[in-house]
Amino acid sequence: MNDILLRHRQIPNLDQLPIYRQNGGFEAFKRALTSMQPDEVTDLVKASGLRGRGGAGFPTGMKWSFIDKNVFPHYVVVNADESEPGTFKDREIMESNPFQFLEGVMLCAYAVRANEAYIYLRGEFWQLAAELDKHIEYLEREGLLGEKLFGTDYSLRLYTHLGAGAYICGEETALLESLEGKLGQPRLRPPFPPSFGLYGKPTIVNNVETLANVPMILEKGADWFRGFGTEKSPGTKVFSLSGNVAKPGNYELPLGTTFRELIFEHGGGIPNGRSIKAIMPAGASSSLIVADEKALDTPMDYESVPSVGAMLGSASVIVVDDSVNMAWLINKTMHFFQHESCGKCTPCREGTFWMRHLTERIEHGQARWEDVELLNEVASNVKGKCLCALGDFSTEAVMSSIQRFRHDFEIKVLSEAPVSVDIKVSNP
Amino acid sequence: MNPLQERYSEEIAQVLSKYPADQKRSAVMPLLYIAQREHGYVSREQFAQIAEILEISATDVAEILGFYTLYHDKPEGKYRLQVCNDLPCALRGADQFLEGVCDHLGVKPGGTTQDGLVTVEAVMCLAACHRAPMFQVQSSEGIAYHEDQTVESAARLVDNWRAREGE
Repeated sequence: MNDILLRHRQIPNLDQLPIYRQNGGFEAFKRALTSMQPDEVTDLVKASGLRGRGGAGFPTGMKWSFIDKNVFPHYVVVNADESEPGTFKDREIMESNPFQFLEGVMLCAYAVRANEAYIYLRGEFWQLAAELDKHIEYLEREGLLGEKLFGTDYSLRLYTHLGAGAYICGEETALLESLEGKLGQPRLRPPFPPSFGLYGKPTIVNNVETLANVPMILEKGADWFRGFGTEKSPGTKVFSLSGNVAKPGNYELPLGTTFRELIFEHGGGIPNGRSIKAIMPAGASSSLIVADEKALDTPMDYESVPSVGAMLGSASVIVVDDSVNMAWLINKTMHFFQHESCGKCTPCREGTFWMRHLTERIEHGQARWEDVELLNEVASNVKGKCLCALGDFSTEAVMSSIQRFRHDFEIKVLSEAPVSVDIKVSNP
Repeated sequence: MNPLQERYSEEIAQVLSKYPADQKRSAVMPLLYIAQREHGYVSREQFAQIAEILEISATDVAEILGFYTLYHDKPEGKYRLQVCNDLPCALRGADQFLEGVCDHLGVKPGGTTQDGLVTVEAVMCLAACHRAPMFQVQSSEGIAYHEDQTVESAARLVDNWRAREGE
């Protein structure tokens, strides 16, 4: 285990400011402000090879360097809307190692010359937001946030903002709309947030886990960071492990660790005498991988996971055992996506609704094989035709399971026309 | 000053101070939480009051309320017991748990107990997949997580609420 982001598991009471400072906390922030230019911080993050941990894996330092330097003010917005089914890593970081996270936000703000940063938390993190507010007040009292920090001209304020239950707000432009007090619906891009973000101003949006890496990179250097993980995916990653596994939880491991090590060594394997059937490496948005020997030996990094037909995404690994029929599983994921579709793009709004109808019928044994084919066709008509990734996400489990677990559907369908169909699917 | 503003003037001023003076609309979500606190839902009158404070239309406020799941526009149980039965929780028995809780309380998902105290709802992922079955409770006291639950532990919690009501 390499605890960088989950250091609190080794250091008791790290969520208390004096303890965090005793362990070198805020030294990096002080050093950056007093002896580094903002661009030097960005360059160091670039050199570390850190990639965004929210799902897309975009190089963090490069994103920061895209900020429009001709328009001010600049903003930093933290995506703490953690809502992907299977993901619960940002919550642990913010709950138990909050100051490392906040220091990362502050370093990012300094690097991109922002004097204000908003932390957008999902509404369900109500207690966590209250804790963060207390921590922010404490930092203000200690002179780590506020005006003219460490005798420099740099000022910084942090604010929390609570969402109210909408998965779509994890999409960065929908999040910005929501923060502006509008419906959380994605924007057409370009322009991208580094040139046109919050209130139309240059904005960097980063995930919680991404930013929590930054203080350690400043403290120990890019080479140290590159000592973990792979060449193209450096660093550690917090893998949220859930589903049919003996010890679900967060595991911080180097990028490039195999599925086998995560699931069987750390996660204790499959309980109840069952065997593993499928893996969803990126939560409900993920394709289903057949859990064969090749898949289990695949390293979990941004480059390798696509070779077995899925994405690493937010690395929320859902394990599915052999008691599960995929017709049931995709009915669950479709229920989610139909509910969470924001309604802006017709293919997603209508597509998720009709796919849900079909998955309900298939799961309840009231469909024919033609319906499975129709489901696949509707999915292929949603994919790639929406403003944001939610539409695509809704099709991944559907299409991959029909392709890779065909038998699960064959045993669910009728050979003759269904006698009566009474499926009620309400509009979200 | 409208009634909402009068009652929570200090808190509303603090909320507004988080956002640029010309971007008051950003405060619509925090203001909806404030309005909802007392009765568990936001009334028609309060839509207009929030709109007046933020200089937007009441329709804008209603639209925001309708978009997000944690805001409500009609009275239901004092405690909303919201069980996650999304895929990761369902793989760990959340559907059976939800059914057990509903049976115990004599309601269907979405229903409210006869004493008006508890509304049971099935909700989407709450970022607690490793501690399923789990639920959150939304009430005037905010939102609290209850993880690694059994039907018995949920029943005890409801019994405690009922005892508190009886006092």
